Amino acid sequence: MEKAVRKYWPVFVLPTVAAFAIGFVYPFIQGLYLSFCKFNTIKKAKFVGLDNYKYALTDESFYHAFAYTLAFAVVSVVLINVIAFIIALALTAKIKGSNVYRTVFFMPNLIGGIVLGYIWKVLLDCFLSIIGQPLLALNERWGFVGLVILMCWQQIGYMMIIYIAGLQSIDTAYLEAAMIDGATKMQTLLRVKIPNVMSSITICLFLTLTNGFKLFDQNLALTGGEPAHKSEMLALNIYSTFYARSGAKWKGYGQAKAVVFCILVIVISLIQLRATKKREVQA
Amino acid sequence: MKKKLLSAILSVGVAASLVVGCGAQGTEAPAADAAAEEETDDADEEEADAEDAAEATADGQVYYLNFKPEQDEQWQALAKSYTSQTGVPVTVVTAASGTYEETLTAEIVKDEAPTLFQVNGPVGLANWSDYCYDLSDSEIYKNLTSDAFALKNEDEVAGIAYVIESYGIITNAELLEKAGYTVDDIKSFADLKKVAEDITARKAELGFAAFTSTGMDGSSDWRFKTHLANLPIYFEYKADGITDTKAIKGTYLDNYRQIFDLYINNSTCAPTELASKTGDDAENEFAEGKAVFFQNGSWEYGNLTGKGMTDDQLKMIPIYVGAGDEANQGLCTGTENFWCVNSEASEEDIQATLDFINWCVSSDEGTQAMSDMGFVIPFKNAKATANVFVAQDTAYTSAGKTPVSWNFTTMPSEEWKNGVGSALTSYAAGGAWDDVVTAFVDGWATEKALAE
Repeated sequence: MEKAVRKYWPVFVLPTVAAFAIGFVYPFIQGLYLSFCKFNTIKKAKFVGLDNYKYALTDESFYHAFAYTLAFAVVSVVLINVIAFIIALALTAKIKGSNVYRTVFFMPNLIGGIVLGYIWKVLLDCFLSIIGQPLLALNERWGFVGLVILMCWQQIGYMMIIYIAGLQSIDTAYLEAAMIDGATKMQTLLRVKIPNVMSSITICLFLTLTNGFKLFDQNLALTGGEPAHKSEMLALNIYSTFYARSGAKWKGYGQAKAVVFCILVIVISLIQLRATKKREVQA
Repeated sequence: MKKKLLSAILSVGVAASLVVGCGAQGTEAPAADAAAEEETDDADEEEADAEDAAEATADGQVYYLNFKPEQDEQWQALAKSYTSQTGVPVTVVTAASGTYEETLTAEIVKDEAPTLFQVNGPVGLANWSDYCYDLSDSEIYKNLTSDAFALKNEDEVAGIAYVIESYGIITNAELLEKAGYTVDDIKSFADLKKVAEDITARKAELGFAAFTSTGMDGSSDWRFKTHLANLPIYFEYKADGITDTKAIKGTYLDNYRQIFDLYINNSTCAPTELASKTGDDAENEFAEGKAVFFQNGSWEYGNLTGKGMTDDQLKMIPIYVGAGDEANQGLCTGTENFWCVNSEASEEDIQATLDFINWCVSSDEGTQAMSDMGFVIPFKNAKATANVFVAQDTAYTSAGKTPVSWNFTTMPSEEWKNGVGSALTSYAAGGAWDDVVTAFVDGWATEKALAE
């Protein structure tokens, strides 16, 4: 049996490789090529060299969007992971009804980003109107806060599940040993639990960081970049570059921005993966 | 055993959802999102397969990417009827509201690309001129009542307007009467202001406001950043004798401010709330009799009567801004819907498409369908429609009033409109009018330069 697998592995790999090539590699290369073109439809692309990148890298709105996205990613990564971890700790302690809580906390993740964005927009606008603040479309600061709240609400449950799985897989022998040695609760947490869930932390950081950078739906629905592009994140900035003006060159500019964006996300997540992987311990 | 049962149930479920998915999509075209769109494509292919048999008698086929979701059902019915009469397969797919450009960009590079699509005027044409078949020799072009309804790209006829629409201030005549006025009392901006402010003063007693909410949410802000903004542009173009400009002067921006002030200060809600008000909010307020005036267009007729309003209640009056010859001002009438035929399509398909659109606007059944959709079509065989706003527009014109033309098709870009919209939103909430002026005048010059 094993022999057969060894012999015929290309046959088994083929469907996946084909799907990957058709669904990812080819469009990616084509996208890369298009970033050097001006085009309206992908069939009529005209090569223009580095012009698109020149525009993308000198566009102020792109830098603003980058700074905004960075700030958002940092805040949301910290908040989501800290809160998710605390909840996971609480729900792995033996409290009544913890399964119910797990389900409830996880549920927001099942709702699509656009829908969530609109729901939260209504809620926040109502709240802002009561406290006499300018509504979301006029309020850069609350736009940011709103996005953070929305993302926390949506993602904490998901990260919580990963942390719970990590915490539950810690060998109870370690915990017992720590208890016998007289470790305080804090010491158990810092010296035993956290090192043992480092692999979960790696995954959660990766997910929240890339989600933070790639955020689009929620941004579009909640603030739409208002007021005047000030709450616009990278993905939305690329989208408006594509569609806010007519003419072939704008699609090229947007495409170049998209490539820069893609490289940025890859680089940042690689750095993060390396940094946290080093701290993982083998149990 | 239990597991087997479970898996059997699950697989039945999966299979059933597939069947349901395909079945439902056959009749339901609007592509609400990417996933739905793909499913629609599958359905289209199936339809195409089913019609292979019919193709033996017909040479080409028509694929219409429709812009107006509100008319989707009627287009589907018309397409079916055309196919049954001529054997030419006609597929109508409707883009979800607000996503036409995106949908068209994706669809037009497919092997089965739309043969018939639409652009919204010269700015939209800039994107699609490569794909526009020259219509100068077509029957439909000859059937136009006026050359002004053709969209020209240098010497070529790139698009044909297929519907003429009007907008203005839709008035609930019944409520206006309760307040002690009739539409005949409003003949100028001063009249409108007097009536609106009187209604506001007696708002508690009357139980309704003058204007519906001037919602600045994305579903409603086009009424002000595009349609209302047309008026200062129209009067400036008219005063300067031009039809487009690289740098707008903003001569009539004070008038724009006047009317906008009137809207937001005599409304159903406080100006600070407007940023979140939607198009549906305004429409519902109007239909429920909470306000007398509602700035919108003839396309709203179906929605309003659908919500229980009667023809007697609905009157449309011109948007007076206190500029030009108000005594002779009519409704804002024009078009931003131009049909274009895909020049990349095969010759048979182009011919089939030309035949189809000409049939739509010249045959008995076609023109009847158009009038049922509430369209006024600029073609010789046009039939009258039940839409009262259209009738009122005709009445204004025959009374010698000059319709305000649609100049917003020359607005530099979506980006310009969004800039004006943002500035208006913040002005409504207490911001500076200067920002609106900057977005309007400076933004125009910047955006026109960027569009070059």
